[in-house]
Amino acid sequence: MTKELSKEILEILRQDCRVDAEQIAVMIDADPAEVAEEIKRLERDRVIVKYNAVVNMEKFDKDMVQALIEVRVTPQREQGFDALAKRIYRFTEVRSVYLVSGSYDLMVLVEGLDMRQVALFVAEKLSVIDGVLSTATSFVLRKYKEDGVIILDDEKDDRLVVTA
Amino acid sequence: MVDYNKIVSRRVAEVPPSGIRKFFDLASEMEDAISLGVGEPDFVTPWNIREAAIYSIERGHTHYTSNHGVIELREYIAEYMDYRFGLTYSPGQIMVTVGASEAIDLALRAIVEPGDEVLVPEPCYVSYMPKVMFNGGVPVPIRMSDDEEFKFTVDNVKPLINERTKAIIVAFPNNPTGAIMTESELKPVAELLEGTDIIAVSDEIYSELTYQGKHASIASLDGMWERTIVINGFSKAFAMTGWRLGYVCAPTELLDTMLKIHQFTMLCAPVMSQAAALEALRSGFENNFADVEKMRREYNRRRRVIVDGFREMGLSCFEPMGAFYAFPCLDSTGMGAERFCEGLLRSQKVACVPSTAFGTSNSFMRCSYATSLDNINEALRRIKCYLQEI
Repeated sequence: MTKELSKEILEILRQDCRVDAEQIAVMIDADPAEVAEEIKRLERDRVIVKYNAVVNMEKFDKDMVQALIEVRVTPQREQGFDALAKRIYRFTEVRSVYLVSGSYDLMVLVEGLDMRQVALFVAEKLSVIDGVLSTATSFVLRKYKEDGVIILDDEKDDRLVVTA
Repeated sequence: MVDYNKIVSRRVAEVPPSGIRKFFDLASEMEDAISLGVGEPDFVTPWNIREAAIYSIERGHTHYTSNHGVIELREYIAEYMDYRFGLTYSPGQIMVTVGASEAIDLALRAIVEPGDEVLVPEPCYVSYMPKVMFNGGVPVPIRMSDDEEFKFTVDNVKPLINERTKAIIVAFPNNPTGAIMTESELKPVAELLEGTDIIAVSDEIYSELTYQGKHASIASLDGMWERTIVINGFSKAFAMTGWRLGYVCAPTELLDTMLKIHQFTMLCAPVMSQAAALEALRSGFENNFADVEKMRREYNRRRRVIVDGFREMGLSCFEPMGAFYAFPCLDSTGMGAERFCEGLLRSQKVACVPSTAFGTSNSFMRCSYATSLDNINEALRRIKCYLQEI
C-alpha cells in the first residue's frame, strides 16, 4: 500500500472512525482486504493509538471541568523530563501531557468532577511530586473547537432543500 | 379587471415552469428528509474569503466598481485561467458577472437573434433552454444517452447543425449527469464547427471538480479560442454560491458586446463579492489551491461511495467523472423517474430530482453527493428499502 493511500486512510479515520474498512476501500479505490490489513498494521505500530468519541461533557454535566496546567520541573539525571512526565501521566485525572517549548516544561490537561476536585489534585498530588518546581493552572471556561470539530454552535445545513 | 394573460410577454409565458419547483415544495414540508437534491456545495465559504469581504465592507467599500469588474480581480482570473486550464485571456477579455448565470445569459443575448437555433445538451441544467427562449431563439436538444456516457459525439451533434445554428452550449463537467469530456473527445466535435460561424458557449462552472485527469476546456482546442465564450465562476470551486460571482472570458469583440448589455443591466457585480473572490484566488495561488484540492478529494470519496452504493442495489449507474452528481438509471424498476422520485420522497423521505426536470428523459434521477457521508449512507439505505417495497 502506498504512503499516499495510507495517509488517506488516516485522514478518513481522523474525521470519523466509525467508517469501516470496506467503505474506506470504496472511497479511496483500493482493495478492501489490503485496507483492513493496513489499518491493523497502523494499529500495531501505534500510529493509530485509540478510537474514541469527541464528547462535549459540558453539555452533559455542567459541573465537570478541565484545566490546563503549566508545570516547571527540574529534569532528572539520565532521564531528562521523561520520568517526571511518566509520574504525572499515570494519574487517571490527567488526560494529556505534553513536553513543550517556552517558559514552562510540561503542559498537563486535567479533568475533574468540579473545580474543587481539580484544584485539590494540583495542590495535593501534582505540586508535591519530587522535581516539580511550580505550576500555573488555567481552568477551561468554554470550548469552541475540539479535535478539529466546532462544538459551540450547532452548524446546521441551512441550504434550500432542492436547488437546480 | 386586468387580464394579465394579455399583458405578460408571450415569449416568457411559453417557457414551462421549473420541474425542480414541485419537488422543492414537497420536500420542504417534510421534516427529517434527506436531500440529495441540492445543487450547491455543503461546504461553507472558507473563512479567509468571508473575512476579506467583511473587511472590505468595514473599510467602506460600498460603491459601484467598473462595469468590467475590479482590475485586480480580472488580472488574477487571467492568471488562474492560464495556470489551471492553459487558456490565455487579457484582463480586457474578461468580465466579472453576477454569477455564472448572468454570464450565460449575456453570452446568449449577445449573439442570439429571434429564430436562431442554439444546440443545447439534453439532459442539462434547467436554465439553458429558457434562456435561449427568452431571447427568441430556438433551443435544439442534443439527446445524449448513458451508452455514450452523456458526452457529445459527432453522431449526436452533426445532424443538428444547419444554416440557422448560431451557437452550441457546451457544459462539462455536467449538471445533472456528472459527465466530463476529455480533450481528445472534444476534438471531433470542435472540428464540426470549423469554418462555421457557430459559437461555443462553454459553461465550465464545475471545472475544479474533475476526478479523471485535468479539466479540458473546448476553448483550448485548435481553432476554438476565437469562437468560444468561456464561462466560469466561484460558486462551486470555492463554495460561494450565495455571493453571486462569476466571470466570462471571450475574444474582445464578443466580450465588448456582452459588456454593453451588462453596463445597462447589472452595472457591476457586488463589490464585496469581488473582494471575496480576489482573496479566493490570491490565497489559492499562495497555497497552490490546497483548499480546493481538499474539497475535491472529499467529493471524490463520496462519489465512489454513492456510485458503488447504487450499483450494489442493482441500479445501473454510469461513472460520473465530474461535478457532484450521480445519475442512476431507473428503467430496471419499471417505474418512470417522476413516479419513483415522488414515491421515494413520500415513503422514505429521500429527495432526488427526476430527469424530467432536466429534459425529456423519464429514466434517471439526479442524486447530489454534496452532503455528509452519513447522509449519503443513510439515503442509500433508504433507497434500497424503497426498491424492496415496490
